Amino acid sequence: MASFRYAVSVMPKPGILDPQGRAVEQSLPHLGVDSVHAVRVGRRVELTIDAAGETDARAVAERLAGELFANPLIETWSVELVSAASSVRSAGPA
Amino acid sequence: MRVGVVVFPGSNCDRDALHAARLAGAEAVPLWHETPDLRGAGLVILPGGFAYGDYLRAGVLARFSPIMAAVRDHAARGGLVLGICNGFQVLAEAGLVPGALLRNASLRFEHRWVRLSVERRDTPFTRAVPEGMLLRMPVAHGEGCYYLPDADLDRLEASGQVLFRYAAPEGNPNGSLHDIAGVLDAGGRVCGLMPHPERAAEALLGSDDGLLLLRSVVESTADGIPRVSAPR
Repeated sequence: MASFRYAVSVMPKPGILDPQGRAVEQSLPHLGVDSVHAVRVGRRVELTIDAAGETDARAVAERLAGELFANPLIETWSVELVSAASSVRSAGPA
Repeated sequence: MRVGVVVFPGSNCDRDALHAARLAGAEAVPLWHETPDLRGAGLVILPGGFAYGDYLRAGVLARFSPIMAAVRDHAARGGLVLGICNGFQVLAEAGLVPGALLRNASLRFEHRWVRLSVERRDTPFTRAVPEGMLLRMPVAHGEGCYYLPDADLDRLEASGQVLFRYAAPEGNPNGSLHDIAGVLDAGGRVCGLMPHPERAAEALLGSDDGLLLLRSVVESTADGIPRVSAPR
């Protein structure tokens, strides 16, 4: 077994009103920044998955992304491998 | 007629829903979300509140509660389901009614009285509503902006699945497309709406218009509108 750490990024779909992004954008002039536009606010979920290989682990991450972390009607997502390690849990009884 | 009101961790309108159901002449029982048993309820209400703290997205975690499998089966058999506010969000996340509820366009939690037009009176939820009557009820939500992609929205309208719209003079409190406040599933037996009929169940509270929805359901089941029973 090995452990794989993923970062799932969830973003509002293009064309979906993103009032959070709009509010952030509208506040920027108060910081003296007026060169920023098209701000969108999303969500990032990190998780570690134990699996025999990266293919199996990624399948789990993709499933969770599409069924739980994102609502496919209104959001897009991407799954990125952050790190991988041989799991200490596979060491067996001492 | 028995009404079951699901209690999720974080539900906060369950008592009001039980009370309103009793005022409408029904027997009403609470249903704990971890027990997948509807206790013989003909109508299941998913009440308002903040199930699972609204973590991740409003309604999404409640969708995985054990009772939701029973609610899904109940709906598949033609049983009646009413999702109010957070309950509507749960139904939408579970795919039991079409659409998604986005953050209010105002970015604010909107809590105020609104008026609803009733688009159809031939449903189990609206048959007791007098023709042309606008219903006064409160809304109280941060994520109530009804959304569907354009093509799906056209289909929703064409198939008569829009049941309630925000009406003047108060108008649309959250930016919902087509002023949609409540919808039906394709079979017309599952209804989700953002406003709170159970908080408008007694004149003393400012309105008893919400009671008409529950009375509709009680009447529907009482006088032989076929309650589809389980196949097999």
